[in-house]
Amino acid sequence: MNGRSEIRTWVSPNWRWLRGWLSQASVLLLLGLGAVVATQNLSDNLAMRGLSLGFGFLWQQAGFGIGFSIISFTETDTYWRVFAVGVTNTLVAAGLGIVFATVLGFAIGIARLAPNWSVSRLALVYVELVRNLPLLLHVLVWYNLLVRAMPPPREGISVANVAFLTNRGLYLPAASASNGGVVFAALVVAVVVTLFWVYAGRVHQYRTGRQRPVAAVSAVILVGLPLLTALTFGARFRIEVPKLHGFNFIGGYSVAPELVALVVALAIYNASFIAELVRASIESVNRGQRDAAAALGLRRGQMLRLVIIPQALRVLIPPLSNQYLQLLKASSLATVIGYPDLMNVFAGTALNQTGRAVEIMLMTMAVYLAISAAIALASGIFNHLTRIVEQ
Amino acid sequence: MSTRISTAGQPFQAAPQHAWFRRLMAWARGNLFPTPFDAALNLVIVALFAWLVASMLPWALLDATWSGGSRADCTGTGACWAFVLSRLDQFIYGFYPAAERWRVNLAGTVLILGLAALLIRAVPGKRVTGLLMLLVYPPFAFWLLKGGFLGLTGVQTDRWGGLMLTLVVGVSGIVLSFPIGVALALGRRSDLPVFHGLSVLFIELWRGLPMVTVLFMAIVMLPYFLPAGMKLDSLGLAIAGIVMFQSACLAEIVKGGLQAVPKGQYEAAKALGFGYWRTSVYIVLPQAIRIVIPGLVNNSIALLKDTTLVMVVGLFDLLNIVAAGSSDPRWLGSATEGYIFVGLVFWTLCFAMSRYSHRLEHSLRSRRQRLGGVS
Repeated sequence: MNGRSEIRTWVSPNWRWLRGWLSQASVLLLLGLGAVVATQNLSDNLAMRGLSLGFGFLWQQAGFGIGFSIISFTETDTYWRVFAVGVTNTLVAAGLGIVFATVLGFAIGIARLAPNWSVSRLALVYVELVRNLPLLLHVLVWYNLLVRAMPPPREGISVANVAFLTNRGLYLPAASASNGGVVFAALVVAVVVTLFWVYAGRVHQYRTGRQRPVAAVSAVILVGLPLLTALTFGARFRIEVPKLHGFNFIGGYSVAPELVALVVALAIYNASFIAELVRASIESVNRGQRDAAAALGLRRGQMLRLVIIPQALRVLIPPLSNQYLQLLKASSLATVIGYPDLMNVFAGTALNQTGRAVEIMLMTMAVYLAISAAIALASGIFNHLTRIVEQ
Repeated sequence: MSTRISTAGQPFQAAPQHAWFRRLMAWARGNLFPTPFDAALNLVIVALFAWLVASMLPWALLDATWSGGSRADCTGTGACWAFVLSRLDQFIYGFYPAAERWRVNLAGTVLILGLAALLIRAVPGKRVTGLLMLLVYPPFAFWLLKGGFLGLTGVQTDRWGGLMLTLVVGVSGIVLSFPIGVALALGRRSDLPVFHGLSVLFIELWRGLPMVTVLFMAIVMLPYFLPAGMKLDSLGLAIAGIVMFQSACLAEIVKGGLQAVPKGQYEAAKALGFGYWRTSVYIVLPQAIRIVIPGLVNNSIALLKDTTLVMVVGLFDLLNIVAAGSSDPRWLGSATEGYIFVGLVFWTLCFAMSRYSHRLEHSLRSRRQRLGGVS
């Protein structure tokens, strides 16, 4: 150590402390100034357009129709209702996308590890082909395929004469039941009882080492209770099949082609990423675990279910939940093909009609941020629950 | 090699040129026909694949039309590549004036040379090239493309388009978000509460929003917060939106690298009397960034794909210009050929980048194992 370093160690702590706080104070000051200028600009710009900030417009009549919505919507509904339709439509597209992407992704991820040569190659080709193309290209291609290349309703592609794929959308049979509420309640009760039975069975096995017939009893409860209720209360199930009438189908349940294209594109694109996550998580489980399970005499299914998958899930869940978040955010591409999601119908149509750019964009951003935070929170809780507890 | 040596003294054994055949057969026995079920499955899948290729080939190549002035010239049953070929200039340069296209070519050539010098191991001087590409190239390319001073005719950004615009958005997204992302990552790890809090706020805000929303916001909401009458260029707004989003993603990646640098490195720097900045710039960041290079390349792939979203704000990037071209009355019905062309361009770029990232990860890992620790 020479003399210079000694002097520095003597001086620097005080200086560093002061320097840190000075720099923080100056950054805050700059940000505050920026905020003041931005607010001033905002009020100038609003005054110039004769607008004032406020959310009163939400209660005005929207006066336009929306092509597809889960909750009912008519032209006389308010902008608040438009917002609700946008949020539900976004959640529907993202939810369906997540379900299909997960199923497809798991299948392909497991196929990547299949012992069969061509199956694993096929999965590899899928992953490399799909994930190196922009999602927007996927969306546009599927949209064009469904709207331009599909036949008109008269010549619609029929699936067993109950579901029809046409350029106006996908027509599915709709199920309805009289006394459906009671049967549904019975189903809920059955699920709760089954969960309890599974838990009790696990506790019993842990205490005594003996297994109870968990799967068989669960199946009986899950099927039997709703069936029994249906018979007692005389519920009648009706399945309504879409029928061609004039130029289009009536009856049944119709899904807009935009939604089909969006969900298919989201599922196919995200499945390629999920497949890689699944593969990596299974490969991350130590080989010794597999050997140990085999040494204990577990069958292949038991080994996967009891040893490999619980450990793989711990690795899989954080990136998987991140992928779900990406999928949800990517559902905003709906706006390009005109599926009425939050971006399209609220930040698009409603914004153009009212000119309330600031309020509407803030609400839209708040929705996405809230959903992001919710997914991050759920992932965090899972991480906390499944962390490795050190002895 | 070993087979050749061992068979050299034994003239009665199988000829050495059959070694590859035996290896192939051994591979096939192990992979293709281990069990009858596997053999059948392989056969079915390979046959399906062959059938798919065989049924696509006539359409894609043999019966395709390669030249013509409109869809009507495509009389064959195959693809109408005339659409792509006759508009290739527009797909690459957008509406850039034909007489000035040498400027785009020059900027592109310098970009390719610079990237090659950075990506190919054997080329020396990575640090100098990297700094040149990060600091000197962007303003140079911007001046070259935009012009308007120093003797070049001005070309407004609304005439930029096609592949060129895609690369402009992609490259500026990477170059501009890099310093911001590194600063945010350092801020997130900072002990100073204001810097830490602001960095976390910024990162979580932008990462939680879809890029489409960010672009929309830049176009419809941002002008309200700027001085009245200030005219903004929509390319500039789109790049600003992308940089916000991208720097937040980058910050998370660099943060991972910072966390992976062993604590001993910080302590050693402190023991040498290094302050915060000298520790960060000379000791920690070089190691952290080297660790996350594969992550950075993957992030660049995602960014390149996301540049297509500028369609939302009305810019004509490669995807949008092809989509718009296929709705030209003369070329109606050529969307398939157009999308295949766009897909080929993006796929080639992204696949090459991902292979590069994969190889880099591999060599970094083996290097780390060799040196025993982070390096």
